[in-house]
Amino acid sequence: MNRKASILILALAALHLALLFTGFLAPSDPIAQDRDLPYAPPTRLHFRDTSGWHLRPFVYALQPGPDAYTEDRSQSFPVRLMVRGNKYKLLGLVPLDWHLFGVDQPGKIAVLGTDEFGRDEFSRVLYGGQISVAAGILATLVALTAGATFGVVAGYYGWIVDESLMGAMELFLCLPWLYFLLGVRAFLPLHLSAIRTFFLLTAVIGLIGWARPARLVRGIVLTARTRNYVLAAKGFGGSDFYLMRRHILPEVRSVLVAQAALLVPRYIAAEVTLSFFGLGVNEPTASWGNMLSVLQRYSVLVSYQWLLAPAVALVITSVIYGLLADALLSRLKFQST
Amino acid sequence: MKFTVRLALLVCLIAMPSFASGSSPEKPNPAEELFRADQTSGHYGGNLSIGGRAEPKTFNPVIATDAVSREINGRMMADLIEINRASQQTEPALAKSWKISPDGRTFTLQLRKGIRFSDGQAFDADDVVFSFGLYLDENVDAPQRDLLVFDGKPLTVTKVDRYTVRFSLPRPYASAERLFDGLAMLPKHLLEKPYREGKFVETWSLNAAPSEIAGLGPFRLKQFVPGQRAVLERNPYYWKMDSKNQRLPYLDEITFLFVGTEDAQVMRFEAGETSMISRLSSENYNLLAHERDRTHAQLVDMGPSLEYNFLLFNQNDLSDKKLDGIARKQKWFRELTFRQAVSAAIDRDSIVRMVYGTRGVALWGNVGPGNKLWLNNAIPHPQRSLESARNLLKSAGFSWNQAGELLDPAGAEVEFSIITNSSNAQRMKMATLLQDDLSHLGMQVHVVPLEFRALIDRVFQSFDYDAAIMGLGGGDADPNPEMNVWISSGTSHLWHLHETEPATAWEREVDGLMQQQMITLDYGKRKQLYDRVQELIAQQLPFIFLATPNILAVADPRVGNFHPASLDPYTLWNADELYIRTPMESAGVR
Repeated sequence: MNRKASILILALAALHLALLFTGFLAPSDPIAQDRDLPYAPPTRLHFRDTSGWHLRPFVYALQPGPDAYTEDRSQSFPVRLMVRGNKYKLLGLVPLDWHLFGVDQPGKIAVLGTDEFGRDEFSRVLYGGQISVAAGILATLVALTAGATFGVVAGYYGWIVDESLMGAMELFLCLPWLYFLLGVRAFLPLHLSAIRTFFLLTAVIGLIGWARPARLVRGIVLTARTRNYVLAAKGFGGSDFYLMRRHILPEVRSVLVAQAALLVPRYIAAEVTLSFFGLGVNEPTASWGNMLSVLQRYSVLVSYQWLLAPAVALVITSVIYGLLADALLSRLKFQST
Repeated sequence: MKFTVRLALLVCLIAMPSFASGSSPEKPNPAEELFRADQTSGHYGGNLSIGGRAEPKTFNPVIATDAVSREINGRMMADLIEINRASQQTEPALAKSWKISPDGRTFTLQLRKGIRFSDGQAFDADDVVFSFGLYLDENVDAPQRDLLVFDGKPLTVTKVDRYTVRFSLPRPYASAERLFDGLAMLPKHLLEKPYREGKFVETWSLNAAPSEIAGLGPFRLKQFVPGQRAVLERNPYYWKMDSKNQRLPYLDEITFLFVGTEDAQVMRFEAGETSMISRLSSENYNLLAHERDRTHAQLVDMGPSLEYNFLLFNQNDLSDKKLDGIARKQKWFRELTFRQAVSAAIDRDSIVRMVYGTRGVALWGNVGPGNKLWLNNAIPHPQRSLESARNLLKSAGFSWNQAGELLDPAGAEVEFSIITNSSNAQRMKMATLLQDDLSHLGMQVHVVPLEFRALIDRVFQSFDYDAAIMGLGGGDADPNPEMNVWISSGTSHLWHLHETEPATAWEREVDGLMQQQMITLDYGKRKQLYDRVQELIAQQLPFIFLATPNILAVADPRVGNFHPASLDPYTLWNADELYIRTPMESAGVR
């Protein structure tokens, strides 16, 4: 295994673990508003006060001023590890109230600042990442499952099956998918719960995206089915299903993995785009897209740069996935030569 | 030497068009009865650029309904009697004086003598009679027609002599002189032919040549470039002069640039491409205020507007619609204690702080502190209290389950959605705050952003919504324009449209009071009647009032006589008095 790919896989694992353990890592409830602290800048960590230097960092409370927030230096709040805070369910199952870090009440730590309702941006980036990344991964699974099935069937049987499936695929490929998604979302009922919107979104994104992997898979299957061992197995009386499962799908596997690494960031971006336009997951549930939508307002864009955090997270995630896809593809090429 | 002289001449020639653009004003002559603005001074010259959201739909003021068309047409047209936007009182315009008969039904107006349209043709009583003929013609379908018809009978206009016109109303009407504001007087000599040929509605469209359009306003059309700009130039025959007997307006030209959203307007303003923004959100106001030390922009906070934003529950009659889900929820929406509980749970102070950045005020009734003449000060302003909200719900039989969710007396979860206009960031923000406020009562509220037309369609036509956040008002301080909201048969009686007769006793009482105030001529008595209306509305909460923004405007430091008002049009109402300061003058102002 090449070293670059393993580093990337480690980074990816870390990212997804962070999203799995969001409740523990996030210091605050992502939908709890603090109406005294809208648009508060990232909390500054201090190591030094009037009494001298401290090993343990601490923060001060913010006071709204006429122009900007000022720090209230009369009381400091040390940053502690393993503190109790709002309740959450770890992995959606275990109810807990432990958090990795935090400060004592009534102090508040917002490492990435707060949004227009005084909600902690860092916690929202993590919780929003759960929605956006999960949407990307689920949509990719849907697209790859559909793509692999149709691709294998079309490539294996050929003739009319191939013609009709590939025709449908061409049609899907030339769809302007963003406009199509906007249209589809507009047809759906208005007040859907966040969960249902989420699943609908992933289903729609995934079902539109099956064509490209299907075409790739079909190409591989076309060559694979004429290989000698496949013909031999056929000669021994192997059923179609057995041949596809035992001999053809394994050929396709590595292509699918590389495709997955390519598609996940693309579908995360699709979810972000839809939520950005207000067609995805609705307030107050966080997603990277609806968090970014506030930046459509000029005054916000030029005044509160920390609200770009979800965009940074999206870029980092996409770059890791992109590099991984690159590494996987070059490995594939290496194998095939 | 010769070279320098030539150069100087060349420079002068190049510079000439900018000084000479627009037509130079005619010297006032004694035969004209001009209006003298005693407080006004300034000097000629200059072009004012203004960014607008969209382009106008028409230059025909009789059929214009959109705000942009009205804003531009308003600079080219004039009325008989105007509402002074600064004092909110009526003042003479094309009519130099008027008399009201003791029964309040006959108005006799004396027109200014010797004044001319922007094409140089004289204006007299024939034009007035012709113009009102247009407004009253059902085939023309002017939006102003409703104002001129009383109980199905139109007012009548008669020419007494060349400069005297008499208006007869079928019944007395309070502050009828305010009706004249917004009814532009039109040139009979240009419009009679197309009107007789049945082509009036198509005249003065966006394709019309500037020379075909004439009005009595301070400016006239010079050029219209679709999608880009409309340029107005000085009307050289305008009927107002300043304290030094110079004919107004001062500006050579006003250019309206069609730039789109408010954000785009702010960017154009910051880039120096435009000199004024009529209506700013508090966020953009604060943004520009941060740069004031560098830009010296004139930022004006006019205080609370007359607009009111509110939460509205759907109480429409849904019996002939297939909306069972909503009909079920209407049991709550029609329950006064439910609405009272919602109102008590709303944190209006944080709406003012977070939505308007403290540049706004909380509201508990339809008339806010911006309307000093009509505000009922006795309306209580209860502070937010979740405690009393819970008690109210309990008293109406609501309860809570283990998870803290609110259940109605039948045991169903209280869950509804609030629709609002997705392009209005402020109302979107209010909706999210309300969602959070009401979650403390165990109500599950969904915020559904909708495109504006879809929202209007749901509220006015299909009634397919639970609750909505909307805004109304802002036109005039007088109660009469509010008739269509509060009268049970009114076209904007939003919570229950198309009532054939008042659905409740209090609506019946409001109907009576509103009708009564309309025919009462004495201000004190009218105020008493309208106070009672406000009291009933605040008690019955057909709308749950939230807040009103301040009127915020900005202009380049070079714009002189910049006096925004809290009535629409906020900044351009005194366009005839605006002028461009010289760099020396601007420095003095700083």
